Amino acid sequence: MAGKTLYDKLWDAHVVRRQEDGTCLLYIDRHLVHEVTSPQAFEGLRLAGRKPWRVDANLATPDHNVPTTPPEKGGRAQGITDPVARLQVETLDNNCDEFGITEFKMDDIRQGIVHVISPEQGATLPGMTLVCGDSHTSTHGALGALAHGIGTSEVEHVLATQCLIQRKSKNMLVSIDGAVGPGVTAKDIVLAIIGEIGTAGGTGYAIEFGGEGIRDLSIEGRMTVCNMAIEGGARAGMVGVDQKTIDYVKGRPYAPTDEQWEAAVAAWRELHSDDDAQFDHIVRINGADIQPQVTWGTSPEMVVPVDGRVPDPAQQSDAVKADGMRAALVYMGLEANTPINEINIDKAFIGSCTNSRIEDLRAAAVVAKGRKVADNVKLAMVVPGSGLVKAQAEKEDKIFIEAGFEWREPGCSMCLAMNADKLEPGERCASTSNRNFEGRQGQGGRTHLVSPAMAAAAAVVGHFVDVREI
Amino acid sequence: MEKFEKMTGLVAPMDRSNVDTDAIIPKQFLKSIKRAGFGPNLFDEWRYLDHGEPGMDNSVRPLNTDFVFNQPRYQGASILLARENFGCGSSREHAPWALLDYGFRVIIAPGYADIFFNNCFKNGILPIVLDAQVVDGLFQAVAANEGYELSVDLEAQTIITPDGKSIAFDVEEFRQHCLLNGLDDIGLTLQHVDDIRVYETRRKQETPWLF
Repeated sequence: MAGKTLYDKLWDAHVVRRQEDGTCLLYIDRHLVHEVTSPQAFEGLRLAGRKPWRVDANLATPDHNVPTTPPEKGGRAQGITDPVARLQVETLDNNCDEFGITEFKMDDIRQGIVHVISPEQGATLPGMTLVCGDSHTSTHGALGALAHGIGTSEVEHVLATQCLIQRKSKNMLVSIDGAVGPGVTAKDIVLAIIGEIGTAGGTGYAIEFGGEGIRDLSIEGRMTVCNMAIEGGARAGMVGVDQKTIDYVKGRPYAPTDEQWEAAVAAWRELHSDDDAQFDHIVRINGADIQPQVTWGTSPEMVVPVDGRVPDPAQQSDAVKADGMRAALVYMGLEANTPINEINIDKAFIGSCTNSRIEDLRAAAVVAKGRKVADNVKLAMVVPGSGLVKAQAEKEDKIFIEAGFEWREPGCSMCLAMNADKLEPGERCASTSNRNFEGRQGQGGRTHLVSPAMAAAAAVVGHFVDVREI
Repeated sequence: MEKFEKMTGLVAPMDRSNVDTDAIIPKQFLKSIKRAGFGPNLFDEWRYLDHGEPGMDNSVRPLNTDFVFNQPRYQGASILLARENFGCGSSREHAPWALLDYGFRVIIAPGYADIFFNNCFKNGILPIVLDAQVVDGLFQAVAANEGYELSVDLEAQTIITPDGKSIAFDVEEFRQHCLLNGLDDIGLTLQHVDDIRVYETRRKQETPWLF
């Protein structure tokens, strides 16, 4: 019998019950909750007279709607000014209080983006199943967990039963063979992967990321890669456990201790694909071929290396794709064949569940150090992923502030522009977030996805530039 | 959840691939704590010329007359014809809620994003997958024939075209069963409470750090 993939192992360990047609009841170890996708689920629970099955499996924080305004501009002290948004955050607070769910509220230093705070607290552990009403839940797979986004009906289902009704996905391995070059980051790796497989390439699959290029990454880097698995169509992305995983988890508040730690580590060391495991599909990319990436269009698959040019729809033989490219060029206000490094930006955004951890901020700070935000850049903002990331960064230096970046409070911020942080129509942004869809960062806003170092470089130079050359 | 058995309805085309959930229902409308009322803001940025916000009177907003859903011939449509990777992006269930509230009960496309596909079934929407060439043929037929309607039979897993042609489709058995009977997933799962408890007892022994 063939060996098992990491996904097979995680799946098999969580099957409560299997029906004849293959539909399974899958046990969920950790459920993360935020304000946007949970109110209707709590309401459903109340209407049916149900209670959460296992209160301690849930962890909540508000992130999408919270203001990230810096203290000198009023900060959090003024609360949420938008009454609709305020009601949503208050509803989360009330629901968590009513049902006894642990919540890091807006004034808690542990508050932040749900996908940043859970690993930071050790609430994400290897071998877990973890879900959240947010598609970027795939992030947590970086720790050797099975993690994916769910809709609100499933949020209610998990609250009520601690299970999900699921069918198993197929197995895909994406291997980055060989090391990537200096200056090439986790974000460039995952953008290159999406450019290769397309935004629907992973549909129906769980993706395991492997190979030297992935193993070389830190755990935070692996989170960046797994975070964008969904942008490649796969609900779940994951990386096998190694010593880095175990070192990362050790000593965090929710991590096991003493004898349980020893037992857990022994179990976690098995969480990798067996040598003879069978994948339904394997994609191999040569690490040395990956360059710093910049998206040019309105889908994450519309991506080119920084030394490339905006592609020409006339060269695309597929008519539907060519139409999509033309529509993207119109929306983005770009001409085909324009060199990427001649595109000026209006704003820069460093943050989001993809790139707001301490290592992301350090990588951007290295570039910003001793430089100033360019005159044509109206605003360059840095939004840390959690209160603890913010505190750590402030302990290390003041590079962003000295360089003229706006240093803000933690939250999702301009990644999806649900709060007050948004692009104006026509504004062009170098963004470390995960989606460049039309209107994502504000109606009419034009998003180019890049790594933190590339965003910082664009902010100080005023246009996209190869971070390795400045 | 409302049952789905058979329906006949007008088809509206959305002729672009990778239509994402931000386009289906822009984020400013996600601040609602209710499930209903998203229909008037379905495809808000494409459908209106001004910027939409929650609480606006949508009936007086300027319409983008170029947008397909604003054409008189597609008013009252209940079947959405779409392209590859429909519903990609966010897990927001507000996307199927908005489609349902607008009046769509069936979507036909060559493929969907996984989470969106799943969310549709939880809300009584039937997302049908057909071969890209068949979908292409339907786009041409819709464009050529005003008032183009299809009949969808979930039990028989067939679509009948106006000229009487039958197109077969596949739905997973369990999903079909739930949709045909309008079953509540949570109620179904709670029939297996004993299995869940047995599982938890075993896992508490094997992996106590997860409890």
